[in-house]
Amino acid sequence: MNALKFIIKYQIHDTLRSKWLIIYTLFFAAISYGLLSFTNESSKVILSLLNINMIIIPLASLVFGTIYLYNNSDYIILILSQPINRKTLYLGMYLGLSFPMALSFLIGTGLPVLLFIRNFKEAGPVLFNLFLGGVFETFIFVSISFLIATLNENKMKGLGLSIFLWMFFSALYDGLILITLQIFRDYPLEIPSLVFTILNPVDLSRLLVILKFDISALMGYTGAVFTQFLGGGVGFAVSILSLLLWSTLPLMFGLRSFSKKDF
Amino acid sequence: MLKIRINFLLLLIITVYHSSFPKTLLVGKNETIKTLRQAFEICENGDILKIMKGSYLENNLILTKQISLLGIDFPIISGNKKEKILTVKANNVVISGIHFMDTGASFVKDNAAIKLDSVSNCLVENNKFTNNFFGIYLAKSWNCTLRNNKVISSQKKQTYSGNGIHLWYCRDITIEGNTVQGHRDGIYLEFVRRSLITHNTVSKNLRYGLHFMFSDSCKYIFNRFEQNSAGVAVMFTHHVQMLHNIFINNWGDASYGLLLKEITDGEIYNNKFIRNTCGIYLEGCNRNSIEYNIFESNGWAIRLMANSMENIFAKNNFLGNSFEVTTNSTRNYNTFRNNYWSDYQGYDLNRDGIGEVPHHPVKLFSLLVEKNRPTLLLMRSFFVELLNTAEKIFPVITPETLVDNYPEMSFIR
Amino acid sequence: MIKTEKLYKKYGTLEALKSLNIEIKSNRLTYIVGPNGSGKTTFIKTILGLVKPTSGNLFVDGVKLNGTYLYREKIGYMPQIASFPENLSVKEVLNLLKEIRSENVNYDEELIRLLKLEKEYEKRIKNLSGGTKQKLNAVIAFLFDPPVLILDEPSAGLDPVSSSILKDKILREKKAGKTILFTSHILSELEELAEEIIFLLEGSVCFSGGKDELILLTGERNLERAIANLMMGQKI
Repeated sequence: MNALKFIIKYQIHDTLRSKWLIIYTLFFAAISYGLLSFTNESSKVILSLLNINMIIIPLASLVFGTIYLYNNSDYIILILSQPINRKTLYLGMYLGLSFPMALSFLIGTGLPVLLFIRNFKEAGPVLFNLFLGGVFETFIFVSISFLIATLNENKMKGLGLSIFLWMFFSALYDGLILITLQIFRDYPLEIPSLVFTILNPVDLSRLLVILKFDISALMGYTGAVFTQFLGGGVGFAVSILSLLLWSTLPLMFGLRSFSKKDF
Repeated sequence: MLKIRINFLLLLIITVYHSSFPKTLLVGKNETIKTLRQAFEICENGDILKIMKGSYLENNLILTKQISLLGIDFPIISGNKKEKILTVKANNVVISGIHFMDTGASFVKDNAAIKLDSVSNCLVENNKFTNNFFGIYLAKSWNCTLRNNKVISSQKKQTYSGNGIHLWYCRDITIEGNTVQGHRDGIYLEFVRRSLITHNTVSKNLRYGLHFMFSDSCKYIFNRFEQNSAGVAVMFTHHVQMLHNIFINNWGDASYGLLLKEITDGEIYNNKFIRNTCGIYLEGCNRNSIEYNIFESNGWAIRLMANSMENIFAKNNFLGNSFEVTTNSTRNYNTFRNNYWSDYQGYDLNRDGIGEVPHHPVKLFSLLVEKNRPTLLLMRSFFVELLNTAEKIFPVITPETLVDNYPEMSFIR
Repeated sequence: MIKTEKLYKKYGTLEALKSLNIEIKSNRLTYIVGPNGSGKTTFIKTILGLVKPTSGNLFVDGVKLNGTYLYREKIGYMPQIASFPENLSVKEVLNLLKEIRSENVNYDEELIRLLKLEKEYEKRIKNLSGGTKQKLNAVIAFLFDPPVLILDEPSAGLDPVSSSILKDKILREKKAGKTILFTSHILSELEELAEEIIFLLEGSVCFSGGKDELILLTGERNLERAIANLMMGQKI
């Protein structure tokens, strides 16, 4: 446990010192501050932040995560020749990257929002879910990127795969759902559409926001399953559960292949 | 003999006195008059009946005299879940301070706690109504006032429930400051003319908070309609005025803040529609003005069906609605102008407060959702936003004329 | 001290180690030699647990390696090329390792002084020259005073002065009773230190035994020529 603590500590130290994390934070801060000073309407700001959640965080987490593991390959060898468990190192690096990144997102978007908090009087629950989604996405996509980098020795291939996964989860996937739902629209699609949504972490964090933001519209859907799922706490609980699964499963696969890997 | 005569004379004088001047009768367990039925027989026009605190079991009472019924400390008159309680068949009756409860429920009879049947100038004020089938029922009456009553029930099934305040063939009625909860329809009006419905709070009813048909020239002002399972529905009526009302939290698959069907020449001003599944739904409505309203956080702010024409939507504020406007047609014969749309993304270079780029409140995705509801789950996804943007640049299926050419840049007060 | 039983490693279709049976004796200076790609580094990395054998067993100090990691407390490793977190300073790297191996408090910091590394303490890794990084590697290998030292191409990248400092250090450690294992593919003065030779060729042990034995067998004058002979393909 001590070893894990030290690795996280040094990793965070290393990450915090590098410029890209500062740029990442400033990027969030600039965008949120810009949005907030442009309009005093919370709904506009929240929806733009949601887009950041869906586009920027997955991209940054996947790319940074992959590059991070590749760049640190020699450091990994150094640490692994010490009396350290491989899983400890992997976990330490994972937490050492995803914590600062999540924090960077929270600070970058959170501080401007706090400055303009008077515009968000009734938006507390939406904001909470928005930040929750962003943090989850950071952890999920960093864990996926680590898995990719562990499985692929070739850097270009790993990076390419990361960018493809980003496009897939952020845009392509929803397009495929839409086409599927259109093709089979004469069939009962309530449960399939919910299942599709749960299978994509980007959609999940979007669901967290629209559960609060567009609940009036969502409740207008004629269907008991929908109403029950979205209206009660079930939707929120299931979303959180799948987000947890999404952040632990790639991590566990990553740990397993990292433990077997040759350096 | 003389003594008897004097007594008789005295009795005669008292009788004459009584019939010419109003008198006050006390009804109660500890009074000489024990029941209302007894009191109704004794009393005469103009009398005041004071009902003392206590419980009275009464069914099918019929009041034919012009009296005032005043409860002291809310005496309870219970129908014991059997029949209706009180039917008023005399003008100028006042009913106040009484707690009516437990009329019988029925599929065939409209059992009401109070029914005003073909009367005028009656006042029903400050009463409580609990768990009645119908609360206050007015038939063929005019110039009556229902004020500050609490009409609360906890009915479960729509088919087996009655309305809180029910008017049929009435005119010049004032319904003011009442609270109506848990009935089928909160306030129901059919064939009503020139009535004023104001400052009422109508919530949690099984069907509509307010439901009227064929009721022309009525005014609805400063009412609050909240959490009614189907919202408010008004039909087949012209020259209706709805001002300063609040429609809030009416959720459900068939729920509307305000459903307008075949409404013409209405004025809908300064209302607030907040968190309803659908703010206003218009079907077959013509020449209505919908102005200075606030639509906030609704699923659909406005659903405009194709057979509605010449309606004007102006100076409204649309704030954070999932869908601003949706329609089932590619044509549009209604006017949208000078509204504030929070979804507007244009600019105002000449700083006159009006955006230079027209606003298209109908999005491609909303039309998609109309036809295929499960796609709703893709709401606000990146892909859907791309589709919307593409459609905005090259409109193909959204109505090109449904557009606000003068979108306001800031909130309209 | 270190023993392998039918140690076998396959990367895809390439057989890197072919059923090695090797014993590395305690308190001896063992020199693993062989041409490029003969399996030297793979062998060292299996000892360190960096490479997982496909089959076969490996024992360090009598303990069978099977996902364990604590045995590495006994090993000091100097890799061929090393990198460290770029943004950390030399001092921070040393502190990091010290904290990881917090059970060990007897630091051998002699080399820091001899290689004059103190003046680089505050520098970030990314600002160090290749040679200085290699010095840091050497320092780290000896830092925890481990009973086993594994040095992969120790003289590569070091200037002659540092190289001889390192050589002297190795000799001193040898005298102190350490088990030392080092590899090289170029013939350098370090070889003269060797007591035991393991010659690897295409993943197999070609020769394993004492230095004098090898010289005798090949009939050459010295180790350098003997090894050159082996590399030319002379059968023993």
